[in-house]
Amino acid sequence: MSHARKILKYEMQNLLRSRWLIGTAVILFAVTEVLFRFGGDPARTIASLVNIVLVVIPLMSVVLGTIYFYNSREFNELLLAQPVNRTSIYLGKLIGFAAALCVAFLAGLGGPFLIHSYGLRAHIGELLTLFGIGCALIVIFVSLAFYAATRFEDRIKGLGLTLAAWFFLTVIWDGLILLYVHIFRDYPYEGGLLGLVFLNPVDLGRITILLQLDISALMGYTGAVFQKAFGTAHGHTLAAFAMVIYATVPVLFGLRTFRRKDF
Amino acid sequence: MIQIRHLSKSFGHLRVLDDVSLDIHRGTVTAILGPNASGKSTLLKCILGLVNPDSGKIAIDDEPVAGRWHYRSKVGYMPQIARLPEHLTVAELFAMLRDLRGEERDNDIELFARYELGAMGGKHLGTLSGGTRQKILSAVAFLFSPKLLILDEPTVGLDPLATTVFKDKVRKERDLGRTILLSSHLVNEVEEMADEIIYLQDGRPFFAGSMAEIKQRTSEARLDRALVRIVETSREAHHESRS
Repeated sequence: MSHARKILKYEMQNLLRSRWLIGTAVILFAVTEVLFRFGGDPARTIASLVNIVLVVIPLMSVVLGTIYFYNSREFNELLLAQPVNRTSIYLGKLIGFAAALCVAFLAGLGGPFLIHSYGLRAHIGELLTLFGIGCALIVIFVSLAFYAATRFEDRIKGLGLTLAAWFFLTVIWDGLILLYVHIFRDYPYEGGLLGLVFLNPVDLGRITILLQLDISALMGYTGAVFQKAFGTAHGHTLAAFAMVIYATVPVLFGLRTFRRKDF
Repeated sequence: MIQIRHLSKSFGHLRVLDDVSLDIHRGTVTAILGPNASGKSTLLKCILGLVNPDSGKIAIDDEPVAGRWHYRSKVGYMPQIARLPEHLTVAELFAMLRDLRGEERDNDIELFARYELGAMGGKHLGTLSGGTRQKILSAVAFLFSPKLLILDEPTVGLDPLATTVFKDKVRKERDLGRTILLSSHLVNEVEEMADEIIYLQDGRPFFAGSMAEIKQRTSEARLDRALVRIVETSREAHHESRS
């Protein structure tokens, strides 16, 4: 694994100087700063940032991840010609890219919170949850992007697949949940709803952060069910475990494809 | 040095290498020639482990290469396309490869010096021209004094002066006992550099032997003429066998 660590180091060195990544951090910083100026306090800013973290960060991860992997194809050939195994190259590149994106995300979102730190102490738990979920979604969607870029030679196909996955998980899935609730509205549907939430990392992130923001009361009985399921240490562990599974599965698929791929 | 036996590879319905068996001898410059899509790059990539063959075996110094990667510590590779991480500097790229190969220092900086790359150490790779990146890749291939050099269309993108420097380097390394395997479209260059020729067409070697042998067999003084003669003779023999 020492080879993976070395590749990771140089990947980060390369990526942290990239205009795209610096631009991403600057935009996130500007959006957070504007939200602070309009909202005024950390709690409102965190609540406003939830959708950015849940929708924009996964989109950014799949688009940048897929393009980056396709563009580094020729350099991958040079790496593959070195005395290094394929697993180390794939993991080094993937972790390096995800880590660089996490740095941009944390710097962009975290900067304004440091500037407007007054009253932040009371909301530090929510902020850390938001950061944790953002980083988890980056890892999950970058893994997905790398898998698609490894699996398909055709860039349009690879990018199309990752965008479809993003659209399904952030938009279509919510439609399916609404449909489920509508169909089973006369039955106790909360258990099934809980299962559906667990099947989608974006929804899992959404529920976890909303419960942290203590607005579950607005969701009525369903909110109470979610509070019971996610509000405990056991629930947190289960949610974190599910996130790890969502990140691991595309990594394993990507790794399997990369090890067999012809360059 | 390299033994290739019954190597076949298809991409979809396209058979790129078709039952190829060859020997690459130690201390020689062997050039793989052939038209586009004849399997030159695929053959080189099979030796490097970048392409997984469908069947057949490759061994370097009697050690099979399939599924292994340690053997690449004795291989230097120059790819055809010079695309490198844009935001790393030249010095950082060299440091990265040194780190990955577990080398303490750069053993052979002759090309690095002759191409005057020292002054570019701090420059980002993305700011350099295609030709300069190609020079960097050729310097990288020789950097750790590998026993075997695999060079894929090495002079494409190099200016005439850099090409001459490169050819001198290839000959010098051959004289030091290194084995060099290169692919090329440029027959004149191959004639200057190579001791052995492999002519691939439709994934099969039409000819494999020494430069003197091909000229003697075809009674041609020039390599390009000799290759044309070889291809024509092979086609005639093929038609006769079918009729």
